Amino acid sequence: MASVTDLSHHDVEAHHEHHDLPTGWRRYLYSTNHKDIGTLYLIFAICAGLIGMILSIAIRAELMEPGMHVFPLISKIMSGDGSADAAKNMYNVFFSSHALIMIFFMVMPAMMGGFGNWMVPLLIGAPDMAFPRLNNLSFWLLVASFTLVMCSLFVEGSPGMHGFGGGWVLYPPFSSDVGTPGPAADFVILSMHLAGASSIIGSINFIATIINMRAPGMTMFRMPLFAWSVLITAFLLLLALPVLAGALTMLLTDRNFHTTFFEPAGGGDPILFQHLFWFFGHPEVYILIIPGFGIISQVVATFSKKPIFGYVGMVYAMLAIAFLGFAVWAHHMFTTGMSLNAQRYFVFATMVIAVPTGVKVFSWLATMWGGSISLRPPMLWAIGFVFVFTVGGVTGVVLANAAIDRYLHDTYYVVAHFHYVMSLGAVFSIFAGFYYWFPKMTGYLYDERLAKWHFWVSFVGINLTFFPMHFLGFQGMPRRVVDYTQAYAFWNFVSSIGAYISGAGTLIFLYVVYEAFKAKRHAPANPWGPGATTLEWQVPSPAPFHTWETPPQIFGDEHHHAPAIAGQGSAA
Amino acid sequence: MTDAAIPDRPGFHLVEPSAWPIIGAFFAFLSAFGLIWFMHGASFGPALVAIGVAGILFTMFGWWRDVVLEAQTGYHNVLVRHGLTIGMVLFIASEVMFFVAWFWAFFWSATNPGDHQVYGRLAFTGGLWPPKGTSVLDPLKLPLMNTFVLLTSSAAVNVAHDELRHGDRQKFKNFLALAIALGVLFVITQAYEYIHAPFPFKNSIYGATFFMATGFHGAHVIIGVIFLFVCLSRAWMGQFTPRHHVGFQFAAWYWHFVDVVWLFLFSCIYIWGSWGASIEGVTR
Repeated sequence: MASVTDLSHHDVEAHHEHHDLPTGWRRYLYSTNHKDIGTLYLIFAICAGLIGMILSIAIRAELMEPGMHVFPLISKIMSGDGSADAAKNMYNVFFSSHALIMIFFMVMPAMMGGFGNWMVPLLIGAPDMAFPRLNNLSFWLLVASFTLVMCSLFVEGSPGMHGFGGGWVLYPPFSSDVGTPGPAADFVILSMHLAGASSIIGSINFIATIINMRAPGMTMFRMPLFAWSVLITAFLLLLALPVLAGALTMLLTDRNFHTTFFEPAGGGDPILFQHLFWFFGHPEVYILIIPGFGIISQVVATFSKKPIFGYVGMVYAMLAIAFLGFAVWAHHMFTTGMSLNAQRYFVFATMVIAVPTGVKVFSWLATMWGGSISLRPPMLWAIGFVFVFTVGGVTGVVLANAAIDRYLHDTYYVVAHFHYVMSLGAVFSIFAGFYYWFPKMTGYLYDERLAKWHFWVSFVGINLTFFPMHFLGFQGMPRRVVDYTQAYAFWNFVSSIGAYISGAGTLIFLYVVYEAFKAKRHAPANPWGPGATTLEWQVPSPAPFHTWETPPQIFGDEHHHAPAIAGQGSAA
Repeated sequence: MTDAAIPDRPGFHLVEPSAWPIIGAFFAFLSAFGLIWFMHGASFGPALVAIGVAGILFTMFGWWRDVVLEAQTGYHNVLVRHGLTIGMVLFIASEVMFFVAWFWAFFWSATNPGDHQVYGRLAFTGGLWPPKGTSVLDPLKLPLMNTFVLLTSSAAVNVAHDELRHGDRQKFKNFLALAIALGVLFVITQAYEYIHAPFPFKNSIYGATFFMATGFHGAHVIIGVIFLFVCLSRAWMGQFTPRHHVGFQFAAWYWHFVDVVWLFLFSCIYIWGSWGASIEGVTR
């Protein structure tokens, strides 16, 4: 019988409803716990990162010397066809997949899904995310998305070949039904649809959590900078990804249902795809780095035993970068025949972004200045980050100039630029976060000497891999090529040596993790000392299944905006 | 060193473990996989798509049923409702950005028909928009009627909301039913127009931009109608109180969003986009 349910007196006490810790496979497959889901994401990111790295080692092995030595064999193993054409196609498939995997299945899952899920509720004093069940959907959609990309490798793409080789950017007409008639491109397109849905859902979760669930006294301008960085990144994802979804859908219907969005014979325009793609694609690169900024801010402050310099400036700088990031997309398109006035605007707008970014770099340095620096592994990665991200950033300013970009577009200079900000920027910040939060997440201490070996071997290796690419770019070596003339041989050889050294560094990383789990050295709640002032260091290591069921009361200095220092008494 | 709990702050909702997310992700994968093989002519394609889509619908039903049960149990205190509200607003914001992409494609195509850098396009369009030889729908006939249909429907939803808040459940249900009926009328009218459109979907940028933009809008209308109908069903079951009815509020906002998108579609694509072209059956 129908009844009107009056809910105004019906608040159920949350702590009466807790069941015991779930066990077995259901704990992870049906999870609604931000820590477990964060762990799933981190494991996923590590696995995907290893696959992405294997792809890149194969690429560098091929590019070590002129001539095609490696890919005929790889192609024969993977598709049964070892001919030169199949080998070239397989190379294209490898660099396309490498980018997709590293961007969508390594960096984003590690930063947002992994550290975001684990740490944001802990940092703001919330018991979990706003939508714990939706959180799990984000993760499993990503698994589905990755499966689709993997499927693409084994179905036809270009005529008679396997996989999609048109680059992660999917430009038509290569990605049209004429360029890639086989289903490989459709697998990639639908994979990106699912990954986009996963991230949009995750963004809604993070924004609602941060806005609605901060502990009493945790005002927005007392939030730790990593929480700010996740909030800002979530807005970028929320607003940029749907435009990619539109572009991908147009490509899908062009390929399969005879629409002509990008087909000039039907009135369409391939450049439209580039506009739509880069309207997403440029915010995407800020999505990849802004959480890293947040991690670095927290790590630098902790190991300088000083609060971050210019907290409010750091917040506004991230906001400015995010906001401006929507207005600069066509700097990826300077050579497409845009009008000079359009080029002038995008050159100017792009260079403006260097200003807030510079504010951040100087603030990290100013934080360290006068601080008591402790060079433990997270800090090595953080200081390394400041240095290498700056290198990558300044080459970005070079490329922002349309005049020189006329020469450098689609050369290895671009490859050097984005690998510096990503393989050296984003990846360094991920390792900084990993080594910073590993004791909190697992309850174990890793061997810091081994971890420092990981850092130094990787630092040498990754720099050796990508620095020479600046020279190759200036020499005119184009990107996305399986072979090159003798003139480019020396720096390619050096770069490939660097890739092998980086691979060795990654093996050290795997051993550090393995050894930590084997040795089981128990970590205290705060292994890092008085510099670690954010809320996660108040809870035990490993953090219990439920934390902050009772929210902490936050006191901060009422007269200044500053990140909340846990346990600090209130101002008079 | 943290202080004790604030005793009168209600707790957040720690959701119980649930199988719906992984089930939903699996059926999303199956739908994608099936769609690809359907598009490439495999015989098992349609079946996989059908199973996948059915699975997604099943997941949505089961998941939202769980949410309603949790609300009925009392988990949706004022803090949780605030969180849900933020979530719905953000979701609608992402949907707005999705339509931005389709409007971008439309405006890019409509303002550059004579761009000589895109070889071949000038030959198709003749430098005109709509492209030369394209007959368009008369925007002042059925599309204009549809505009009034949706505006009235949105107004009906608002009246329904007011009636609910003032406790008149019968009027609430009546106006909600009216809104749904008008939404259905819109869909039927659009379907009729689609079938009788004088321009093709395939091989024409006019058709592509028109049908995909209005088509995604139509899909959102159908989703909105279903959402409103679920609310009506819940109302018949006695759910929703004058003070607590987030599900209905969300459906109402979604419906208003759909209406606003239509206003943009109507003014930009139907009116502006067809200006100067020959209207089928009309000599001007």
